[in-house]
Amino acid sequence: MEAQIKFVLNDEIVECFENPALTLLDFIRKHKKLTGTKEVCREGDCGACAVIKGEINENKIIYKLINSCIYPIGNVNAKHIVTIEGLNQSEFTPIQQAFIDEAASQCGFCTPGFITALTCYLLSEEQYNYNTAVDAIAGNICRCTGYMSIRRSVNNLIDSVNANWSHKLSRIDNLVGLKIVPEYFRGIQNKLMEISTDVVKTIRLNEGKRIICGGTDLFVQHPDDLTDSENEYVSDSIASEITETETEIHIGANVSFEQFNRSDIIGLYFPGLHEYMHLIASLPIRNAASIAGNIVNASPIGDLSIFLLGINAKLILVNNKRQREINLKDFYKGYKSLDKSDDEYISKIIINKPSENFYFNFEKVSKRQHLDIATVNSAMSMTIEDEIVKEAHLSFGGVAPVPLYMAKLSKDILGRKIEPGLLQYVVDDSQNELAPISDIRGSKEYKSLLVKQIIKKHFNVLFPEVFTAEVIT
Amino acid sequence: MNNPDVNKHVRGESIFIDDISLPAETLHCAVLDSAFAHAGLVSINTNRAEKMNGVIAVLTSKDIPGENQIGGIIQDETLLAVDEVKYIGEPLAIVLADSITNARKAAAYIDVEYKKLPVITDAREACKNGSLIQQPTIFESGDIDKAWGECDFVYEGRVETGGQEHLYLETQCAVAYPKEEDKLLVLSSTQHPTAVQRAISRVLGIPMSNIEVDVLRLGGAFGGKEDQATHWAVLSALGAHITRKPVKLVLPRYQDIRVTGKRHPYSSDYKIGLKKNGKIIAFEVIYYQNAGACADLSPAVLERTLFHVTNSYFIPNVRATGISCKTNLVPNTAFRGFGGPQAMFVVESALHDAAEKSGISYQTIQKSNLIKDGELFHYGQTCENSNALKCWEEAERLYDFIQIKKNVDEFNQKNKLVKKGFSIMPVCFGISFTSSFLNQASALVHIYTDGSIGVSTAAVEMGQGVNTKIKTIVAEKFSVSSDRIKIESTNTTRIANSSATAASSGADLNGNAVLLSCSNILERLKKSAAEELVTEDKSEIEFADEFVFVNGKKTELTWTKLVQKSYMKRINLSSHSFYATPEIYFDRTINKGRPFAYHVYGTALIVVELDCILGRYKLDTVKIVHDFGKSLHPKVDIGQVEGGLLQGIGWMTMEEIIYSQEGRLLSNSLSTYKVPDIYFTPQNIEVNFLEESINKFGPFNSKAIGEPPLMYGIGVYFAIRNAMKAYKKNLVMDYSAPLTPEKVLMNLFM
Ligand code: FES
Ligand code: FES
Repeated sequence: MEAQIKFVLNDEIVECFENPALTLLDFIRKHKKLTGTKEVCREGDCGACAVIKGEINENKIIYKLINSCIYPIGNVNAKHIVTIEGLNQSEFTPIQQAFIDEAASQCGFCTPGFITALTCYLLSEEQYNYNTAVDAIAGNICRCTGYMSIRRSVNNLIDSVNANWSHKLSRIDNLVGLKIVPEYFRGIQNKLMEISTDVVKTIRLNEGKRIICGGTDLFVQHPDDLTDSENEYVSDSIASEITETETEIHIGANVSFEQFNRSDIIGLYFPGLHEYMHLIASLPIRNAASIAGNIVNASPIGDLSIFLLGINAKLILVNNKRQREINLKDFYKGYKSLDKSDDEYISKIIINKPSENFYFNFEKVSKRQHLDIATVNSAMSMTIEDEIVKEAHLSFGGVAPVPLYMAKLSKDILGRKIEPGLLQYVVDDSQNELAPISDIRGSKEYKSLLVKQIIKKHFNVLFPEVFTAEVIT
Repeated sequence: MNNPDVNKHVRGESIFIDDISLPAETLHCAVLDSAFAHAGLVSINTNRAEKMNGVIAVLTSKDIPGENQIGGIIQDETLLAVDEVKYIGEPLAIVLADSITNARKAAAYIDVEYKKLPVITDAREACKNGSLIQQPTIFESGDIDKAWGECDFVYEGRVETGGQEHLYLETQCAVAYPKEEDKLLVLSSTQHPTAVQRAISRVLGIPMSNIEVDVLRLGGAFGGKEDQATHWAVLSALGAHITRKPVKLVLPRYQDIRVTGKRHPYSSDYKIGLKKNGKIIAFEVIYYQNAGACADLSPAVLERTLFHVTNSYFIPNVRATGISCKTNLVPNTAFRGFGGPQAMFVVESALHDAAEKSGISYQTIQKSNLIKDGELFHYGQTCENSNALKCWEEAERLYDFIQIKKNVDEFNQKNKLVKKGFSIMPVCFGISFTSSFLNQASALVHIYTDGSIGVSTAAVEMGQGVNTKIKTIVAEKFSVSSDRIKIESTNTTRIANSSATAASSGADLNGNAVLLSCSNILERLKKSAAEELVTEDKSEIEFADEFVFVNGKKTELTWTKLVQKSYMKRINLSSHSFYATPEIYFDRTINKGRPFAYHVYGTALIVVELDCILGRYKLDTVKIVHDFGKSLHPKVDIGQVEGGLLQGIGWMTMEEIIYSQEGRLLSNSLSTYKVPDIYFTPQNIEVNFLEESINKFGPFNSKAIGEPPLMYGIGVYFAIRNAMKAYKKNLVMDYSAPLTPEKVLMNLFM
């Protein structure tokens, strides 16, 4: 089941036959003996294995950070992959120097991942500032430094890059000029053009084959199954657009979390989007994880599933013969059981454009506030006319075998007035639809309590004049 | 001078064991570990596994040529289980194959028949059943039974602290190479090369001299590779010894986290008595230490707990009992602080509770009991050069406690749903291995004929910067450029009978040994220079910036020239020296003595912010005054403070080790065991050096740094608790860490 794979690794074109489920990390470390990239967790939770992935999109290379430990080699065709070795130059890069100056590396095991992540940040962001630079390394765990020296390095780095940036020059000229990336980066576009001809551009449906987009969960849960089975790896450029009609937003199945986060269309209707997405996975995971993947994975705490349930999204399912539409809330039938036949796949997610009086909030509580799996997450949307609830959707993750759409509650509050008394009603009513279990993420009592508290938070955030601190305590 | 290792780290060019390129015939080792926490081993059948693709050998306890025993302090730990398994993760067999994939696949085909036995995971339950690692140890001072009568307030309570996973980024690993005859070279990611050498010698039945253990660097350790690296190194050595092929063993993360020990969970009962003025009169405590299934370092860890019963305070009457309880969990082990943090959390809880109940402020009790020169620690050592109060007062002066507290109160008045909490955490930590004999080190310094310098010590570099400090010492002593100096790998052939790099003592012990070697060579070089420069009196000779000076005047004679001339004159340019910490002793029959060369002090101020609706918190401020002595390397030392602090905070907040009743680790991956990330760092952090701290035991007056800062993190627990109290006036809550968001919310609303 090997497949031909052709891509650019640092400055050279690599052509090989590999099982497409081989992780990029193993390919880099074991086959290529590039040992600067480290293996730590193999589940996308530490960033030690981070590499940069470049891909041509409309004649530009778009660089993104990925975790190579859960990235299949089957997905690297026609891409540029950069490891720490591909960043090293005769002198230290300014990023490396910033780390040296602040002693931001102790044991050093995490360090190449940080350097790579920051380089990718400089390769991909339009503007640089301290906070977004910190976001870019938030998926990197360091157990030694306590991060303070890393923060100082980042601060110094951003100041000096901004001070030395020439607005007359192109980004790549700037980056090469400042020695952030080596000279060879200029030639990468041509190299990629050279090899990009035979990349598959559509999803090939094939019975029994699993379609894998980001693989960010599958490669954590079942890496060996994947090596032993035939799968269809979907390149990032397929089905990855967000478009709009007059009344709807259409999200391609393979749209990544990060694309969703950065979409102007989505951002227009959900002004708090970045805040929510900030709580949802690290950047390299958001870069790889697809929305449809999150939905079909059917994890009861899937963040995007909960988000989309809270706005009553719809799915388009297709197979060779037909296409059908289904409400996301009807898609989940039981634990990991879906209203979907084996030959069907999600082609699109559709959300209705919110009207003017639309209110939306998303909350997530986890043991570690960022980059953790939710204990309970929730989305609530409401359309209000003359202080009366006209439409409402409330979803909760972590309290049932499926991502839970609170059907009864969402119906029960229609026609009610936004007034302090409503809160207690919703809180009480909410408990009827829950079936939390105790697990590593929290006891069932805690999860039930969290549902109540999150409802209070939703109301407080959305209608602070009505649900004041006094009302909710 | 920057840490030279960092130059390689940032380029990904530092070599760790998993990065070493190995000969093609190298075998890869997978370990099969026990699936049950307590069971009889009825049989282990390796037939199916042996026939699997690429498998060269499957080894069980039957294949061990020497003694099947790797216990360090107590001989109670087998290398491979024989008739019984005592915890999930206990090694049963190893598979050696041509690839790691094949080895791991085959390990799943070893058929093991178990007969399940009852499982104990709780320390108190183990104690009740008489399941102990050793007899209880008691430290006592004053007359506690009488002292209760003198107290105005007496309170009792129970305190729990959880375990902690080291989560060193580099998992346990080793490579063993067979050499001529039965000799072996073993590369191990260990803090204690001699322990590895000793255990291999015993298990294989070959002399220690035939085993060379070499350690280049560790990708983090934090105590997790002091004793626990041995198992894996010995297994790889066993494989290499039997197959005569190099054997590589790298634990995958999911296995490392399951099979290696962690910080000990403690459950403790205390009784505390105070006067109305806040003076602590008496403190009695019983610690139930959850040791896991074998002793490992538990007795030593427990002993350090008993040394740190009173943290920074002078308490005239103390009785502390330590009970090391044997359970069916993975053997718990050293972790930065080594039992100290557990003790300090108990005494701080006792003071905090006493403050709440008596109405005396917590800070008043803390400050008025800080230990002063001339007062006795409960283990009989007289307090000298106490900086406890100095650090506190300096912090008070620099950070204005009163103002900060006022700000917190004002914030809490204004905000209903978000509250802030404030706390102060003083720390006093004793420096020296508490087993006095371990406080020894040797160093080997060579000067080569080109003037370059090679330095070998027993110190293992694991990110703490010990090599940088040693380099600093040598450069300073010889007054040469640090570029000349190479710190060699840690190697049992060059440095024999070493102690672990642990107890924060790496730079102290090895640095002092290095100083002796440098002095020896320097004496000879001075004499040689005096001859060259025809000066009568060699005391007028000095070295500065790579030149020889006479009477303060620079001569033509450079370092390199002098070295070459000395070589021609057949002067010894090498020195092996030995250092043993002076003045320390401890009598275990009465548990009294002077176990510590000195103490490290500090004070931290902490402010946290709590979202009282969702139970989430963040760190607002941490400000520290720390007693570094005269820092050998301020950047390295600040890094140790910040890193230790965040680990301590992690232990108090989100790092929660959870076992099932069957003894199965549930927090068994990075997705279920969370350590602090970059967003969890305090918004404001400030670390100041206590001025004018001297220390004759540290090289150039420096002080040890590795462990003490971790314990500042304990203050975060009390800050969060105080924030909770600001929201819920009648809060009643157990003293139990970690204080996860779950505990916060449940205690606020249930
Ligand atoms: S190894 Fe941890 S994210 Fe890949
Ligand atoms: S420097 Fe050791 S993990 Fe970051």
